[in-house]
Amino acid sequence: MDEPSATQREPAPRRDQGDATASVIATRGLTKRYRGGQLAVDGLDLTVPAGSVFGFLGPNGSGKTTTIRMLMGLIEPTAGTARVLGRPMPRSARTVLPQVGALIEGPALYGFLSGRDNLLRYDAADPTADPRTRRTRVAAALDRVGLAAAAGKKARAYSLGMKQRLGLAAALLQPRRLLVLDEPTNGLDPQGMREIRTLIRELAADGTTVFLSSHLLDEIEQVCTHAAVMAQGRLVVQGAVSELAAGARDRLAVTTPDAAEATRVLKELGVGDVTADGDRVTGEPPERDLAEVTAALVAAGVRVRGLTVERASLEDAFVALTGEGFDVAG
Amino acid sequence: MSRADALRPEGVRRRSPLWTLGLLGSELAVTVRRWRTLALLGVLAAVPVLIGIAVRIETRDGAPVGGGNGEGPAFITQITNNGLFLVFTALAATLPFFLPLVVGVVAGDAIAGEAGAGTLRYLLVAPAGRTRLLLTKYATVMAFCLLATMVVTVSALLVGALLFPLGELTTISGTRIGFTEGLGRALLIALVVAASLVGIAALGLFVSTLTNSGIAAMATTVGLLITVQIVDQIPQLHAVQPYLFSHYWLSFADLMRDPVYWDDLVKNLGLQGLYAAVFGSAAWARFTAKDINA
Repeated sequence: MDEPSATQREPAPRRDQGDATASVIATRGLTKRYRGGQLAVDGLDLTVPAGSVFGFLGPNGSGKTTTIRMLMGLIEPTAGTARVLGRPMPRSARTVLPQVGALIEGPALYGFLSGRDNLLRYDAADPTADPRTRRTRVAAALDRVGLAAAAGKKARAYSLGMKQRLGLAAALLQPRRLLVLDEPTNGLDPQGMREIRTLIRELAADGTTVFLSSHLLDEIEQVCTHAAVMAQGRLVVQGAVSELAAGARDRLAVTTPDAAEATRVLKELGVGDVTADGDRVTGEPPERDLAEVTAALVAAGVRVRGLTVERASLEDAFVALTGEGFDVAG
Repeated sequence: MSRADALRPEGVRRRSPLWTLGLLGSELAVTVRRWRTLALLGVLAAVPVLIGIAVRIETRDGAPVGGGNGEGPAFITQITNNGLFLVFTALAATLPFFLPLVVGVVAGDAIAGEAGAGTLRYLLVAPAGRTRLLLTKYATVMAFCLLATMVVTVSALLVGALLFPLGELTTISGTRIGFTEGLGRALLIALVVAASLVGIAALGLFVSTLTNSGIAAMATTVGLLITVQIVDQIPQLHAVQPYLFSHYWLSFADLMRDPVYWDDLVKNLGLQGLYAAVFGSAAWARFTAKDINA
């Protein structure tokens, strides 16, 4: 786990001072030790490229939220540095944070205020927010997350999903260069999750970098271009999702009632690591055209029901990279 | 949000220094819109009503208040002669406990309540700025001291005018002053009473930066208030008493002397200023260095 992974050395831009614009978030040896002595984040070197949708993965207690709080200037690192939008945090919080929208550890609202009044208050807290456009921007943000109809309702009466949407709306009150979203689909129904994913894609298309923490692998796989995995306060791996997935090999899978014969033919064709499991025979995908493989199998009298190359999932990649399942708690 | 907005480079957003006051407006509105605040102000408004009605009933047959023994809060015997004295009586009755209790609740909840609800982290990433947020909270709590005092004053003035005659009044020194001057002194007294609450407000705000529980901060502040009041009553502790924020509270009565006796009034205001400076600085030191984990 301590060794830098192959993907870490790859195209991630060099994070020297001069190149700060290329990475929206760059941390160096970022460490947080709580007063009790517990090491929450341990020597984190994280690089989030500009324009990426960056998935920040890890089981509960792996240090994701502590990292996000350090990036947002809420807690002071014990050691190491964090740069957000090219500036050091927490020192430059005042210039950096107006350009950052954040949803941290779920939404927090004033229950006795309406949804709209909650947003008006959060917007008033930002000294760079123009009060003349406040109402318009609040209405636009409410509309964007689908809460326009419930804007006048007291936030205390909101469902968890509605609160989550209102939290997202607070992050969208101003045009942002970076969005930090901690578990944004928590509490949403499948339809709501789809809407949020669409929203994230739209924002990314507008040029906003999205830093998305999640414990749901398929969510990351669906929307993210880059990802990093935390475990027990340490960074396990980071890089482009396509490269991470490439870490786990694709598999050639043949479905056939004649498994033994198929195994023999595939081995003759030079397919490596062939294993049979019931009516399924799998192996490493061969260099040659798959049509030839099919022809050879049929010529040998193997009855083929199906032949595909199964794409490796991100989960396979993590198992391959970390040697353990994703859901192992830290 | 348009594409052009999103791509607008950093620093182009022009802003006015006045925008920073938006948070103060929001803070004042949020404080006053809480049911708890309204209930507490309601209790304060009810105190002069209760005193007024009690005095009215007791003196219906022309008997003096408290059987003429001079018992009860300051000025209470004068109310039947002049309704304006209800203002002084009500302030004298609420200043030792009700007023500081209400201020302590609001001050104690100021930061800790936001932390407990989680809204503090969103205010800070907005970014409200820690010093700016603390100053806003401080200003709001101070404004609330004035509001709470004014609620008592206005309620007492209304009840006094309804139930009792108004007119010239006699000062403690025995001289007579006109109603307008009396009214002016009543307002001056209200301002001094509001300023007397600054010490407990600063203390409450400091306590509020120490915890993430609004209830704990309120309870601690009110606990300190009670402790200080008790210590102020123990003769053996007279050495520390001049430094207790409540020690000169009732000096506001000196404004009803003719000429006004300023010594204790000045001591009171100086002491409140000292508390505001010491605990304001302590709150700032604590809040700007604190890890926000809630």
